[in-house]
Amino acid sequence: MKILVCISHVPDTTSKINFTENDTKFDTNGVQFVINPNDEFGLTRAMWFKEKQGATVDVVTVGDKSTEPTIRKALAIGADSAIRVDAEPLDGFQVAKELAKVAQDGSYDLIIAGRESIDYNGGMVPGMLAKLIGANFINTCVSLEVEDDKATAVREIDGGKETLTANLPLVIGGQKGLVEESDLKIPNMRGIMMARKKPLKVVEPVAETPLTKAEKFEKPAPKGEVKLVDADNIDELIDLLHNEAKAI
Amino acid sequence: MSVLVYTESENGKLKKAALEVASYAKAVADAIGGNVTAVSINSDNNDDLANYGVHKSLEVSDEKLQKFNADAYAEVITQAAKKVDAKVVVISQSANAKYLAPLLSINLNAAYASNVVDVPKTDNEFTVERTAFTNKAFNHTSLSTDVKILGLSNNAFGLKESKAEMTKEDFSAELGDDHFKINVESVDKNTDKVSIADAEVVVSGGRGLKDPKNWGMIEDLADVLGAATACSKPVSDMGWRPHSEHVGQTGKPVASNLYIAIGISGAIQHLAGISASKTKVVINTDDEAPFFKAADYGIVGDAFEVVPKLIEKLKDFKANNA
Repeated sequence: MKILVCISHVPDTTSKINFTENDTKFDTNGVQFVINPNDEFGLTRAMWFKEKQGATVDVVTVGDKSTEPTIRKALAIGADSAIRVDAEPLDGFQVAKELAKVAQDGSYDLIIAGRESIDYNGGMVPGMLAKLIGANFINTCVSLEVEDDKATAVREIDGGKETLTANLPLVIGGQKGLVEESDLKIPNMRGIMMARKKPLKVVEPVAETPLTKAEKFEKPAPKGEVKLVDADNIDELIDLLHNEAKAI
Repeated sequence: MSVLVYTESENGKLKKAALEVASYAKAVADAIGGNVTAVSINSDNNDDLANYGVHKSLEVSDEKLQKFNADAYAEVITQAAKKVDAKVVVISQSANAKYLAPLLSINLNAAYASNVVDVPKTDNEFTVERTAFTNKAFNHTSLSTDVKILGLSNNAFGLKESKAEMTKEDFSAELGDDHFKINVESVDKNTDKVSIADAEVVVSGGRGLKDPKNWGMIEDLADVLGAATACSKPVSDMGWRPHSEHVGQTGKPVASNLYIAIGISGAIQHLAGISASKTKVVINTDDEAPFFKAADYGIVGDAFEVVPKLIEKLKDFKANNA
């Protein structure tokens, strides 16, 4: 089985979010970048397929040279080789187009992406990619098994779960649940040394035009002070929730 | 020009989110000019849509579509959009709508903006505000294609009544085996409990509750309020509660009317995930807990004393205000 794991290079979840250039660009100053958490759960699941079922695992990202430490980390975790599409990611459609080219060139059986990136939260790349290459697609995937050319997946739905089966080739939008948090691997020294020797191929983009443009960013207005209610005066809280907040 | 809205139903009944996206579609139609057409799949009665500005209701009734199938549903909406020559397609941000949206986008060659929270000004200046960085920021996005898809964030617009003369029309989409390549083997849905996505009120517990055995009072409080239950990340990581209850940046986002956090200190990732909720209440022993900076109302106190009292008082309140 040939697996491609799509990696988005995103600010760490604890990052302070700021913008520059007249609020048109994310301010990367002092920000630590990581593998998108939703992608990392999928990458770790891919490692399981590699160990147990002899799968080969390639990772791909769309981004400039500054994203290389992030994909090197994926190699250190255990991916076999990496591909970087040398383009600035501008919207979900453009990224999906670039990934579709890589996916078709490599004829992968299984493509694992995250349900969304934690920066732009577009939530569209995996589905678009699947449709572009004519593969099956399962979103918000929390469990995945593959036997021969058939996959069994569990998808999270509002208020429950659904078990689905589909033939390969398959694209999934993965998330926590594919593996547990405690299964996530921190690369060890041997992994890091080996990652240096693993192939990282830089490919030219197909240069697709994006369909959307992020024109401007802004931060939410600062919040007012919290109103504290005495623990012995629950009636006041109920009154505030009912008459002031109109929440009950 | 026309706006198409996909109005979701469950077990034949329109969801509340369907009325919200219809309200929003009407506002979009008013901004860019044109009427609203709704498309629904196996919904028994769509009369209510006329109260939210829908001009025409396209009604699909198809045994093959009893279970949700993203590819087939996307194809139905695609054919409906082409039929009415829709310039904008509006969907909710339910798990199913998010699943089918990118497929729809490729079918229609349409730009898609997710997590949208406002209405575009005019057709010429088609820019919408959406949340990004898990609610830590807003992002103004312009869409440049002829047809555009907008995914409205849950609870971002609310219900806005607007009476319309609505005509109904049976609509059947042409679907081939190709649209049913994914098989639904089983659905495990908690039908007697409200889901976090649909809930008006969410009651959430954190590590401060000390033991999974203590969740009884969280469930009781949720029962009184008709609320969904949720939890913080450490609680789901320790296996005290299922992953599906984890709210925050890597869990589920919450956009409820009321969010009550009990024994949750308020890590930045948690606060981001729940920040779209309208009113936030925190109950915590530690008055330095970061959650007090994000909350509207707070009680500094021991959950084991405060919550049982709150449950009793709320029962009285509900009895008097029924």
